[in-house]
Amino acid sequence: MKRFAELLELLALTPSRTRKISSLGQYFAEVPDPDRGVALAVLTGELDIANVKPALLKQTVLAEVEETLFALSYDYVGDLGETIALIWPHHGEGELPRLNVLVELLNTTSKVDLPRVIGGLLSQAAIHERWALIKLATGALRIGVSARLAKTALAEMSGVELQAIEEVWHGLKPPYAELFAWLEGKTGRPEVDHTARFHPLMLSTPIEESDFDKLDPRDFAAEWKWDGIRVQLVLGRDGASLFSRTGDDIAASFPDVVEAAMGWAVLDGELLVGHDFAPGSFNDLQQRLNRKVAAPKQMAELPGFVRVYDMLFDGDEDIRALGWQARRARLEAWFDQNPQTRLDLSEVLGFTAWEDVVRLRRQGAESHGHEGVMLKLRTAPYVPGRPKGFWFKWKRDPNLVDAVLMYAQRGHGKRSSFYSDYTFGVWKGNEIVPIGKAYFGFTDEELKQLDRWIRANSIGSFGPVREVKKELVFEVAFDSAQRSARHKSGVALRFPRINRIRWDKPASEAARLEDMDAFVG
Amino acid sequence: MSFILDRDLYVPAIDAWIDPVAPKPRAIITHGHADHARPGHGAVLATPETIAIMQVRYGADCAGRFEPLRFGEVLSIDGAKVSLHPAGHILGSAQVRIEAEGQRALVTGDYKRLPDRTAEPYEPVACDLLVTEATFGLPVFQHPHPMDEIARLLKSVADQPERCHLVGCYALGKAQRVIALLRDAGWNRPIYLHGAMIELCALYEELGVPLGELLPATGMPKAAMAGQIVIAPPSAIRDRWSRRFPDPVVCQASGWMSIKQRARQALVELPLVISDHCDWGELNKSILESGAGTVWVTHGREDALVYWCRQQGLAAEPLALPGLDDDGGEGGA
Repeated sequence: MKRFAELLELLALTPSRTRKISSLGQYFAEVPDPDRGVALAVLTGELDIANVKPALLKQTVLAEVEETLFALSYDYVGDLGETIALIWPHHGEGELPRLNVLVELLNTTSKVDLPRVIGGLLSQAAIHERWALIKLATGALRIGVSARLAKTALAEMSGVELQAIEEVWHGLKPPYAELFAWLEGKTGRPEVDHTARFHPLMLSTPIEESDFDKLDPRDFAAEWKWDGIRVQLVLGRDGASLFSRTGDDIAASFPDVVEAAMGWAVLDGELLVGHDFAPGSFNDLQQRLNRKVAAPKQMAELPGFVRVYDMLFDGDEDIRALGWQARRARLEAWFDQNPQTRLDLSEVLGFTAWEDVVRLRRQGAESHGHEGVMLKLRTAPYVPGRPKGFWFKWKRDPNLVDAVLMYAQRGHGKRSSFYSDYTFGVWKGNEIVPIGKAYFGFTDEELKQLDRWIRANSIGSFGPVREVKKELVFEVAFDSAQRSARHKSGVALRFPRINRIRWDKPASEAARLEDMDAFVG
Repeated sequence: MSFILDRDLYVPAIDAWIDPVAPKPRAIITHGHADHARPGHGAVLATPETIAIMQVRYGADCAGRFEPLRFGEVLSIDGAKVSLHPAGHILGSAQVRIEAEGQRALVTGDYKRLPDRTAEPYEPVACDLLVTEATFGLPVFQHPHPMDEIARLLKSVADQPERCHLVGCYALGKAQRVIALLRDAGWNRPIYLHGAMIELCALYEELGVPLGELLPATGMPKAAMAGQIVIAPPSAIRDRWSRRFPDPVVCQASGWMSIKQRARQALVELPLVISDHCDWGELNKSILESGAGTVWVTHGREDALVYWCRQQGLAAEPLALPGLDDDGGEGGA
């Protein structure tokens, strides 16, 4: 447990991704089974200790600490778990039981006995272990480590491809002994049932207008590039899973979709929200993402659906080696046999010459719900990763706006001594109101110039944020704009980035808030 | 009830102010941190060490005159007795005891009880009215032993010999304490200093606190700083100054560092919980040991400590003193 507590603290505080990965790898290589597997389950969010909830922890601590003093402390610290770890009045010399013993203990203790058992553990633990124990018990890590980062560490430590790990991941259960045995070369790859697992996705590469000379339009099919999130829907005999593109199971956030889906297949598509298959904005979708449980009100207002565009397995038959055209035919037939209420087919757009696609893309820019055109080689098999020449994405041109730099904040890690996060705004009458934030799109050399300019033109500071003279204009590129009650300007930009720094342009010539209306859908 | 001290820490019997923010004809200064010691007073009564610190920071003539008072010596003025007692906070830091009209008042200034060879050890003093600080006046503050924290720093240095460890410390008190702790833990290599630290470290040595070999951090080739420890003000570490070091590990030595969210917000990779103030348990203990029936609680988290005192049956109230709001400010905590 001590080792795990040290690992969690390091992961929580180190800004460097590389160091997080190497520390994870070192932990997995040095700590024996089954503890490392339990740790992996905690880090990937696969461990659920059902009975330890915030209310129970609060009850535990209030048996030891006076209520007003606890309330004042919680108010100051802001995080329940951390408050309890810090305030616990009894001190041990450390050494909690091993991780797997601990988890077993928490999982088998009755709800009535849990406060006493947790209290006993807290009294036994040294302070860093107390924090880790509470994180472990509640499963709310919030330390900046994703499941994918943990899997990346496994890949780097073993030399096995990340994709290969993701292929088997969802068929495995904690404490992952067979996974570690495979990664260490002691056994072969674990056998898992395809219908219970995630299959790494096929990704596209960007294309430019000039690339079309080399390509024959007859070889390609076109579809809209939908503006949702990429998902894989695994419909098995024993239930369904919904995976994000990184293999995180997000079924719990979208029970409306998962429970309504009929049939047996592995499908690839775009998760969207909206009534009657009319996609709403990405902003709408975001309100339903990252929720552990879906609220009925939101499911009613923002029903989810999947716009399906590919099929990997038809029943239990792996059809990934077939060409796109053949898979599409299988997909259409499958839809005929399995009527759906929350799945629909992505439309194949008709065209004969590249000029038609150019026109489609231009016209498409006027409508909402998608962000450009996809082109797929009709004969291409389904290949995980980003194979060249099979799938192309042709995003519509970004929207551009000239905005004025308002505030700058120092970045993280390597950029921690540079002002690299920028808030910019547009004119509303005589004042400038913020419309967004961006922290990339410029070169290292430009970053240095911006850093110098910000230090020389600072007019105030609030903690890590500096307010600057409203004089520097950024040409900001963004994918779309939405109404937003959260921003003073009432507008929020999607995927904003700094396109150009307009050292030459006076702030008075920057955009006005009225100009933004044209972009809002 | 009337007290020999008013709520602005003015002592009418001797016409003196304790740690006043604005210039006064006569000031009693508990210790050298800038939120307690200001230039421009007519007369400054303080320990010889505090006077030396003030003169280094503000100039030899930063007060009209100086009245050095050694620990334990009693000065009688117009029937009132004034004495200074070690507070254990930084070198020369004192608690101020006033006795007049048959009443004993004690103003702790900033204080701590954990061992620290760079400050005279804290001494409990009995009183009727206690004015205590409450920088860490919440039960979540339970400071670990500083040597355990130094061991974490040295382990990190050993684990990452290619990186330079920059330890953010306030220049007066914390810096010298961290250096002394490193020496006690067996770190015999030179310790590198930001310019803001050099003068005060030299003063500590002059006043009898050996710190070992100290070198300026600037002017060294970048590669030579791998595996080294640099002491600098937190503001310098998060700014351009730190770009001269190889892949720096940002450390910070402060009582605030026990709260991980705070460490994360401050972009601190290695938080070291080393405090120059009492933690909750020490505050409780000091209040009870003093025997005071009345407790005034100042700068910090007064609410919880006042509440606790009242639960113990003591008359307690918060004092809102100007200029003494801490939080990552001067005190460095």
